[in-house]
Amino acid sequence: MNGKKKQALSLLGTGIFTVIGLVYIAPILIVLMNSFKKKVYINKEPFKLPVEKTWNSIENYVTAVDKYELLSAVVWTIFITVGSVLVILVCTSMCAWYITRVKTKFTKALYLLCIFSMVVPFQMVMFTLSLVADRTRLNTPWGIIIIYLGFGAGLAVFMFCGFVKSIPLEIEEAAMIDGCTPLRTFFGVVLPIMKPTYISVGILETMWIWNDFLLPYLVLDLNKYKTISIAIQYMKGSYGRVDMGAVMAALILAVIPVIIFYLACQKHIIKGVAAGAVKG
Amino acid sequence: MEKAVKRYMPIFVLPTFFAFILGFIIPFIMGIWLSFCEFTTVTDAKFVGISNYIEALKDTVFRHSFWYTCLFAAVSLIVINVFAFALAMALTQKMKGTNIFRTIFFMPNLIGGIVLGYIWQLIFNGILAKYQTALGLNEWYGFWGLIILVSWQQIGYMMIIYIAGLQSIPGDVMEAAQIDGASGIQRLFRVTLPMMMPSITICMFLSITNGFKLFDQNLSLTAGEPSKMSEMMALNIFNTFYGRTGWEGVGQAKAVIFFVIVVGIGLIQLRATRSKEVQQ
Repeated sequence: MNGKKKQALSLLGTGIFTVIGLVYIAPILIVLMNSFKKKVYINKEPFKLPVEKTWNSIENYVTAVDKYELLSAVVWTIFITVGSVLVILVCTSMCAWYITRVKTKFTKALYLLCIFSMVVPFQMVMFTLSLVADRTRLNTPWGIIIIYLGFGAGLAVFMFCGFVKSIPLEIEEAAMIDGCTPLRTFFGVVLPIMKPTYISVGILETMWIWNDFLLPYLVLDLNKYKTISIAIQYMKGSYGRVDMGAVMAALILAVIPVIIFYLACQKHIIKGVAAGAVKG
Repeated sequence: MEKAVKRYMPIFVLPTFFAFILGFIIPFIMGIWLSFCEFTTVTDAKFVGISNYIEALKDTVFRHSFWYTCLFAAVSLIVINVFAFALAMALTQKMKGTNIFRTIFFMPNLIGGIVLGYIWQLIFNGILAKYQTALGLNEWYGFWGLIILVSWQQIGYMMIIYIAGLQSIPGDVMEAAQIDGASGIQRLFRVTLPMMMPSITICMFLSITNGFKLFDQNLSLTAGEPSKMSEMMALNIFNTFYGRTGWEGVGQAKAVIFFVIVVGIGLIQLRATRSKEVQQ
């Protein structure tokens, strides 16, 4: 093929993919458009642009925030996600380092159990887990962090172990001979080397916890605390008339933080997914 | 070194270990035990042998959900992987804007299942309303709706894994095939696909287990309408637990069956594709 033909082909490709790309994000744009319409017009004509008669300005957002306490749901979701991910990162990386460096029957068993826990579907433990959480009073946003640490430990320990194995032992030994305690060795030497793995694991766990519905739904005391997914399910699933306008606004409010997070650390997310898949 | 580290075992391992026991081991063991009991709370559990399992297998709705889920997992496996592979091939060509397109295709993956379900419910019902029907009126509308939904969600994720795989194929192998006169199609089937088997294994494993475990999207898009005909296994288990009192034992038995199926299918799939992998 000569240069010109190649260039034309590449231009054609870009054109085709621009169209596909637009179709791909259309669902989100349609919801965005409907979030500015009066509620009665949303189910009737969801694909029409808002006109003067159907325009509702930001009223839907006001309803969603005022009547359905969406803002507090967003805050609790952020709290649970950030708290759980930080705790998971610190605790599981320490645990993974220990079980790779110290070989006993106990650490081997723990490693195998972690792998096993990754394949167990949540439905298997959901009923008993919610009982345990109730009994131990872990049904608060603080307590659920411990549940997430326990249930998310499998993947995190597994990924950290894979990385620790590739760190040469000499570096740590040198630090220990120089008089570092294991704690200082870990935080001063091992942790900085593992930075890329922290980012990968952190992103995978963030994506999971932010979007999780069933675990917080069963564990949390829903009279006091709701996450975004739970709040939206309540709006839609409650009996009586569903306020479609508020639902549209809520969907957009749920999507916005995700898109900001995605655009801010897109490169790391894509790398994290690729890394997680290779090890998984 | 090992000895010095060992003394720090409580600090390194115990937090994760404790949470893992609480969040996974106890619920899992209790779950197995309770599947042989009749109970409403744990304190009144009474051993009843395998009668819960017999009850679960006699449940026609559960059997229907099993076939419905199998079909769904198979169809979604094919659709997601074919499209993701094609996209990965296209977006690794020389073309302007490939990075932006990758960003767009990956984005839906970050949106939670509940939110996804309601976004698509608006769109499907908007389209179906033109034909005087709705999503909740036919189980196959729900089926194909869910296929479109999960494809939209997961194609980008699998695409990223396939792109990583494509980029790891050494250039000289491809060049050698080209010099030997292999056509484009021959290169795809004789070089690219065999070299990509590790990525294909992972993607197929992920999409088939995701298909079986699907819950949030099922709940929000159709909630099992019409009359539980679009209910998948995970949702059926949930409804058995929380929809009918006195059926908790049966629900737990279903959960154990579900667990065995998911693990079994995952293992069979891994073995089947691993055997086709080539040494690089």
